[in-house]
Amino acid sequence: MTKLLAAGLSVLATTAMAETPVLTVLTYDSFVSEWGPGPAIEKAFEATCACDLQFVGAGDGAALLARIQLEGPSSDADVVLGLDTNLTAAATATGLFAPHGITAKTDLPVPFDDANFLPFDWGWFAFVYDNTKLTTPPTSFTDLAASDLKIVIQDPRSSTPGLGLLMWVKAAYGDKAPQIWADLADNIVTVTPGWSEAYGLFLEGEADMALSYTTSPAYHLIAEQDATKSAAPFSEGHYMQVEVAGKLAATDQPALADAFLAFMQTDGFQAVIPTTNWMYPAVTPAAGLPEGFESLRPATSLLLSATEAQAARDAALAEWQTALSR
Amino acid sequence: MRPLPNGRPPCRGDMTMGGPVITRLGAAAVAAGLAGFVLAPLAALSLRAEGFTPTPADWAAVRFTLLQAALSAAVSTLLAIPVARALARRRFVGRRALITLMGAPFLLPVIVATLGLIAVFGRSGLLNGGLSLIGLPPLSIYGLHGVVLAHVFLNLPLATRMILQGWQAIPAERFRLGQSLGFAPRDSFRHLEAPMLREVLPGAALIIFTLCLTSFAVALTLGGGPRATTVELAIYQALRFDYDLGRAATLAGLQFLLCAIAASAAWGLARPAAFGAGQDRATLPAAPGGWRKGMDAAVILAAALFLILPLGAVVLRGLPGLADLPASLWPATLRSLLVALVSATLSTAAALTLALAVAARPNRLFDAVAMLPLATSGLVLGTGLFLLAQPLVPPARLALPVTILVNTALSLPFLYRLLLPEARALHQGYDRLASSLSLHGLARLRWLTLPRLARPLGFGAGIAAALSMGDLGVIALFATDQGATLPLVVHRLMGAYRMEAAAAAALILVTLSFALFWACDQGGRHADPA
Repeated sequence: MTKLLAAGLSVLATTAMAETPVLTVLTYDSFVSEWGPGPAIEKAFEATCACDLQFVGAGDGAALLARIQLEGPSSDADVVLGLDTNLTAAATATGLFAPHGITAKTDLPVPFDDANFLPFDWGWFAFVYDNTKLTTPPTSFTDLAASDLKIVIQDPRSSTPGLGLLMWVKAAYGDKAPQIWADLADNIVTVTPGWSEAYGLFLEGEADMALSYTTSPAYHLIAEQDATKSAAPFSEGHYMQVEVAGKLAATDQPALADAFLAFMQTDGFQAVIPTTNWMYPAVTPAAGLPEGFESLRPATSLLLSATEAQAARDAALAEWQTALSR
Repeated sequence: MRPLPNGRPPCRGDMTMGGPVITRLGAAAVAAGLAGFVLAPLAALSLRAEGFTPTPADWAAVRFTLLQAALSAAVSTLLAIPVARALARRRFVGRRALITLMGAPFLLPVIVATLGLIAVFGRSGLLNGGLSLIGLPPLSIYGLHGVVLAHVFLNLPLATRMILQGWQAIPAERFRLGQSLGFAPRDSFRHLEAPMLREVLPGAALIIFTLCLTSFAVALTLGGGPRATTVELAIYQALRFDYDLGRAATLAGLQFLLCAIAASAAWGLARPAAFGAGQDRATLPAAPGGWRKGMDAAVILAAALFLILPLGAVVLRGLPGLADLPASLWPATLRSLLVALVSATLSTAAALTLALAVAARPNRLFDAVAMLPLATSGLVLGTGLFLLAQPLVPPARLALPVTILVNTALSLPFLYRLLLPEARALHQGYDRLASSLSLHGLARLRWLTLPRLARPLGFGAGIAAALSMGDLGVIALFATDQGATLPLVVHRLMGAYRMEAAAAAALILVTLSFALFWACDQGGRHADPA
């Protein structure tokens, strides 16, 4: 009887041990939605890992960082996916992230090396316009400022693309950035809290151009068979948004987290990105990029390093605010 | 009915029957719970924070916030007076529909309302299309005036409904008495309408002021740039980008302070009108004719156009995408309906308890607590609750319960403000009678309170339900892969380029909010003995 009980208990124990381990990935909201990359990636990774991959969506990139700081080491999350290089210095400074130990092999147009964060996709910021209404788009910020074209942009205090534009002007013009903003002031119809509002206003015809990505026209082309949207090439070069993921130091699934970060560089992850997240995959998949993604490849790519971006942010923000408040 | 102990009617505030005591205890419990729910998160945030002194930019944000909120409240309430008066004294085809429609703008998710307004007033909107046809230069909606325009669009209907209820609460006997005394319209205004306005306007203005105080997306999008920075945006920045809990807590504290100052000003101005009870005769006094009739017609037409055009734009934008909605929309819709119904029930019960207690015996503390949630920054509330809950339960599991509680708290001030004047009139008019009949406790609630307050209860519950359908702020922080609500789906669709589907989902959201509101409001109006 005792033996039977012991056997029964050991069976129970093995079942409990064999329960599928759960890997929790904290990411931004649009990543987990059914039209985002989340579902396909979950399926592909679970086929390789004998685990349960759970994406938890929380706001946007900036919200992710705030949430990790709120939770501290007691977070349930194992991996954070969706910060960009304007936020990684602050993320590193929290001490909550652990080195990934992977040698990144990426197809980014600039070298990228960060001990804690691996890129999973990237894009160039660009002003998108309707090519049936605007035949000669501006070719630079100065050109845009001299025109009477109207643009909508995002607020760098509440939106990651907004912060990207701030860094774009800073990277291209340095100390002359305040003058560029002052000259742009009469072109700016309004500043929106996030990307959705700005792009929505542009599609409603409220502005001639909106700050978005060079890949935005690819969405309209591929998903809507609409070729009327184009991104305007700027001679200063285009600032990049590089989206990264990192492992939390306090994870209870370090091996799974490492496996996920390694998987992130493979086709099972990367091939999903272009037509779900509408960004360039960090590693070009074997099958190449979908048609429509090669429309605009800027000659010059601009990107401040994580530390440069963090150092420049407060002063750039103050300049922006002063120039546009006049 | 139980015979009275000594055969004489109990005097007012008689404690032997249990009713008033229970009401007061209940109200004290509601007030304590509400104050704790709103203030504890702020305290949690402050405890984690280091000290912070507001910067010049923060003070500029405070100044702009005050200016736009004061202007929005003043313009909304002042414009609402002629609209409410015209609606109170005229009868025309579609009047009831228009009054019901008045609930709609208030219920729109901010971004949907903004896009609706832009379709009418924007650079390529109807208005500018009309202006260019007759050769006039275009008008820009962006700037302080745009912020005020949007806030008036969102709040004018609310103010109108609150003032209209004030008009309807003046017993018809008083108007007839005025008529038999040969009152000219000017005398009517002085002796009947002005006292009513004095009672209702400060409360209406206060609620709109406080509501605009925490405005963020409307103010920024239509404000045209960083000049239009509000305190709520500064809080957002502090929490999201700077992770500066001290700054967020300080700014949230400032918001409370501003609201407290506004509330004291409103109390100082408000005077109970004390018309006494009437006999609920529905017969209206004859409305003045002549130019006043023409003016009323013009006012109603203008108000109707101002509301219907942007709403129409929302409907038109939503129609094309209806065929292309994602499957996840329906569970999210059910979830939102659940949130709305539970929040509305809780909030109605809590607000009624508070209003009855304050009507029976004025209590400034309860009054202040009932306004607290309005002054709260949704983000600070959400972040503080997150900090409080996180050591105990995984926040992801709390998304829906927290959303329900937050919506309950946020809709309570509206309900309370709507109920209080009528609860007070009810107390003054019927308390002695009810007490002399020994009508207490549940029986009194069933036979006197609920029927007499049916109209504001229905309207208030409708507003609470619809508001709870639309709230997004808090769930975004707690969100999981499972718990999306309808507004979150709209937000996600917009974030994924799917503007058409987002517009359609928003149309469904608005239609359902409006249906909930309509059902409650109609229920209230039918149950009203008047």
